[in-house]
Amino acid sequence: MTTHTEETGRSAGTVSPQAGDPARAGRSERLSALAQQHGALVTLVTAMAVASLSFDTFLTGDNLENMALSSAFLAVVALGMTFVIVTGGIDLSVGSLFALGGVLAAWGSRYGTVVALLLPLAVCGLIGLVNGLLIARVRLAPFIVTLAAMLGARGILLAITDEGSTTYLVDKDSFFARLGQGSLLGVGVPVWITVVLFVLGAVVLRRTRFGQYVYAVGGNEDAGALMGAPVARTKVSVYTLSGLCAGLAGALNAAWLVSGVTILGTGMELEAISAVVIGGTLLSGGFGFISGSLVGVLLLKVIQNVINQIGSLDSAYQQVVSGAFLAVVVVAQTLLGRRRRVL
Amino acid sequence: MTELTLTGASLDRARLLRLFQDYGVYAGVVVLLLFNFAFTPHFVSAENFRTQAVQVAPVLIVALGMALAIGTEGVDLSVGSVMALSTSLLSLYLGYGPWIAALTAVLGGVVVGVANGALIAFVGVQPIVATLALMVAGRGLALVLLPQLKDVRDPGMARLGSGAVLGVPYLVLIAAALALVVAFVVRRTTFGRQVLAIGDSRAAARLAGLPVRRVLVVVYVCGGALAAVAGVLATARLAASDPTSLGTLMELSAITAVVVGGTPLSGGRVRVGGTVAGAVLIQLLTTTLIKHDLPPSWTQIAQAVVIVLAVYAARERGRR
Repeated sequence: MTTHTEETGRSAGTVSPQAGDPARAGRSERLSALAQQHGALVTLVTAMAVASLSFDTFLTGDNLENMALSSAFLAVVALGMTFVIVTGGIDLSVGSLFALGGVLAAWGSRYGTVVALLLPLAVCGLIGLVNGLLIARVRLAPFIVTLAAMLGARGILLAITDEGSTTYLVDKDSFFARLGQGSLLGVGVPVWITVVLFVLGAVVLRRTRFGQYVYAVGGNEDAGALMGAPVARTKVSVYTLSGLCAGLAGALNAAWLVSGVTILGTGMELEAISAVVIGGTLLSGGFGFISGSLVGVLLLKVIQNVINQIGSLDSAYQQVVSGAFLAVVVVAQTLLGRRRRVL
Repeated sequence: MTELTLTGASLDRARLLRLFQDYGVYAGVVVLLLFNFAFTPHFVSAENFRTQAVQVAPVLIVALGMALAIGTEGVDLSVGSVMALSTSLLSLYLGYGPWIAALTAVLGGVVVGVANGALIAFVGVQPIVATLALMVAGRGLALVLLPQLKDVRDPGMARLGSGAVLGVPYLVLIAAALALVVAFVVRRTTFGRQVLAIGDSRAAARLAGLPVRRVLVVVYVCGGALAAVAGVLATARLAASDPTSLGTLMELSAITAVVVGGTPLSGGRVRVGGTVAGAVLIQLLTTTLIKHDLPPSWTQIAQAVVIVLAVYAARERGRR
């Protein structure tokens, strides 16, 4: 909300010489801000309404449960990604970390649930920390550092699974497996965990000093530093957080699948980035919200689900639609953003 | 930093660093070659060199286009999907003869390039997102056109894939010719200057009256066309169209080759020779590890280390 008021404040000063009707200018600016914030949500609701009218099987408990579960893992990854993108960075390593987290969790599950959860968190968090240090302290480009981490993490994964030929299994009756497979009040445990994490994430980004630093670093790094925001520490924190989220998502996914599948996660970084961008967060940093990313994830999964429902369509269409959708969203966002800047 | 550079010791250090930045990638290639000459059995054979060069050719061709995009401070993530699209189009139109099919495939790459360029230059979308959208959609489109692997049985394509002139495979000749063309364009043409000027500062380039938008579109069109050519060549070599896996992670290999070759991600500088050496270096590194029975996991970790080292070296230049 702060961003919005700032924008209004700025426009009030600049708009007066040329626009005769400031009230109207304010209204159209508010509209474009609303579209940017809630466009994804409106689209999601519309898509779901159309889907439930068109397919009897869409709005059934089973189908919704499936969608919620398959969204949960991507959503946790997108949560960490949102923090990174709001600082103006990017994290390409999350797909590999997701897979690595799953394998480590499955391997660790033989020593109990605590190990199964802490091991992936520790390793993926550490890799995220190294990313953050290279980016913030050594000042290397986020794109390339996390690209290297993506390759490196995949390499580590191959190294601990005999070049991908060993799949560690999780004992079906263990408490850890229940974290993935169990349900509470009819909703899967991973979904609950995801919801809790998103509430926490939203509070942290919106209501804490750290969250303000994240926005400040993304808005203008130098200005942020001058205002006293700990730029380097904030950056290191967001990449660590992203690593932790990816590792946790991988661990939960392994619990759900009761095995550490080695081939997961390729292309997941791009899915997560798409979801965050569709949710209204700007890749240039300084603007974005947690709830948007959740909507973005759900929208991607609804598209996927609808295309699966149309049995005759090949699943390849899903990629065409997702890609086209992403293009439309970024064009709309750029145009809306430009409009707001001009006003 | 400024006081430090005045002292003699750090001047030497700066010069060393500059040397490392400019020639490090070539030195790396030489070191790896020497190592293999000495320790790898059966490395020194015409057959082996031919295999290595043929494997490097598609990566190199894609990397040339990537170097131009990175030179304008952009990036093109769609190249792998363009390769897939190109292989699908190629096998769909093969009935009309290999030339028509290859042209259609390249045209497909051009269309993707126009879409990328328009999004980036006219709408103002960041290159990474614009090309990400085309990457996702392009792979999907390739699979819609050709849902599964299909053998390519065409004498023309077979000759392109495995033929050679004086022992040098066509693929390698084409890659070398394209590298020379791109090097010429970057160094000797107005367009090349404009690319570098835009990479240095887009705002300054616009103020200087350069046709920024047109140049950007052309850069991404070149990237798309080159990726499509790489797709055609890869299809010819494999004698099969596989839109599911052809070109996956190609964008990363190409970016790696460009960055390792000393082209800074911040734009304003394109090193074509370095890009060639970068592609060769990654190929040699992989071969060396494989020939010495080290598992693929090592290759990936080694590649990661090389990338970080390369950007670390490039960063010092940016600071000075």
